[in-house]
Amino acid sequence: MAHEHKLEIFRGLLKFKNNTQKIWGVLIFLSLVTAVEVVLGIIKPESLTGTSVLGMKLLNWIFIILTLVKAYYIAWDFMHLRDEKSAFRRALVWTPIFLVIYLVFILLTEADYIYEVYKDGFVTWNF
Amino acid sequence: MNSTITSTEENVWGGGDNQPLGASYGKMMMWFFLVSDALTFSGFLAAYGFSRFKFIETWPIADEVFTHVPFTHGSYPMIYVALMTFILIMSSVTMVLAVDAGHKMQKNKVIWYMFLTVIGGAIFVGSQAWEWNTFIKGDKGALETKGGRILQFVKADSGERAALKDFAITIPGERVEHENKNGVWFYDEGYVPSYSVKEVVKGFKANSNILVRTETINEEGHKTLLSRGESLKKLENATQVVEGANLIHNEYGSRLFGDFFFFITGFHGFHVLSGVIINLIIFFNVVIGTYERRGHYEMVEKVGLYWHFVDLVWVFVFTFFYLV
Repeated sequence: MAHEHKLEIFRGLLKFKNNTQKIWGVLIFLSLVTAVEVVLGIIKPESLTGTSVLGMKLLNWIFIILTLVKAYYIAWDFMHLRDEKSAFRRALVWTPIFLVIYLVFILLTEADYIYEVYKDGFVTWNF
Repeated sequence: MNSTITSTEENVWGGGDNQPLGASYGKMMMWFFLVSDALTFSGFLAAYGFSRFKFIETWPIADEVFTHVPFTHGSYPMIYVALMTFILIMSSVTMVLAVDAGHKMQKNKVIWYMFLTVIGGAIFVGSQAWEWNTFIKGDKGALETKGGRILQFVKADSGERAALKDFAITIPGERVEHENKNGVWFYDEGYVPSYSVKEVVKGFKANSNILVRTETINEEGHKTLLSRGESLKKLENATQVVEGANLIHNEYGSRLFGDFFFFITGFHGFHVLSGVIINLIIFFNVVIGTYERRGHYEMVEKVGLYWHFVDLVWVFVFTFFYLV
């Protein structure tokens, strides 16, 4: 059992005195990120919904990135991945990341193709 | 693990004395299970993305679907889901505090933190049940066309959604629900909507303030509003009244939206429920002192991993179902 805890987050920018303090610190950070997401989701700023990056609204990219940030801190600090050996951590993290990127790429490309077929085809489906 | 284990049987069950990568057998297997479970959830969410990209122009806007908060009226998009997210993160925090107290062998603290975790989980499952109930009961009602598309109604002056009961006119003598006491055949029929298509169309014609809203999303990211003339033409294609949601019809828009809502939040809710039950078992084990006697609280840590994973999945479900 790993009793040693690494007590710094944000690459050492923020150091905590003990593990309990670090837990509350991470909670505050996660709540802030969630609050930002909800506020953006409610007001939906024109400047973010209007611009499109790589075929998706900028706002949606922000949501996805913030989600990954939250996921990182839940896994690293709540699930103690930060304290595990790096080989173990990499085996657990990179395997799903690789497989998910692969699957999502294939499915979304295919879905976009089907969308085009519906749109340009000669069969009406929206009636 | 501790070195006092002597019997070979126990040794094998515990994975032996060697700890590859510095993780005990049980913890490592919990992690491998979580990785496979993460792939299952990713499969579901990727399938959701597939269907959404397929119908990208007509997919429902989540803000307009999930607008309810218990004990209040009016429209508060996102607020309740955000609160649920916060409750789940909070219970994740009490869990990690329990693990921390376990490392220090503080039994009473572990008991309290485990208790709070179970309470948080129960509140979350309850909220999800409430969400489901609201989603199934529906809100404003809509018409479904021959092609299976949904037509919703909007008040022309204020731009607010109009409920069917706001304008539909009851026609006397319209058919009533068949009950088993009335018939030769002793069975009930399914649910009959509050209004028939005819009643809705009649009400629409009588009230010039109502417009039809289609599923199609326009360039500004809103659902398309039809003019009075177009609306009347569209209404000719209506075949049935839809109130609420099930796996076949839903009043919110694309039918797959309802299916994925039930499927993904249901699968996650089932994880939360099983998490609460496992947490309860561990809680009682802590209370009767099992881990105190064993000399370590690693079991709390393992169940904690599962609980954090449930929270982790919710973070993704929240984003892809409610935000994006």
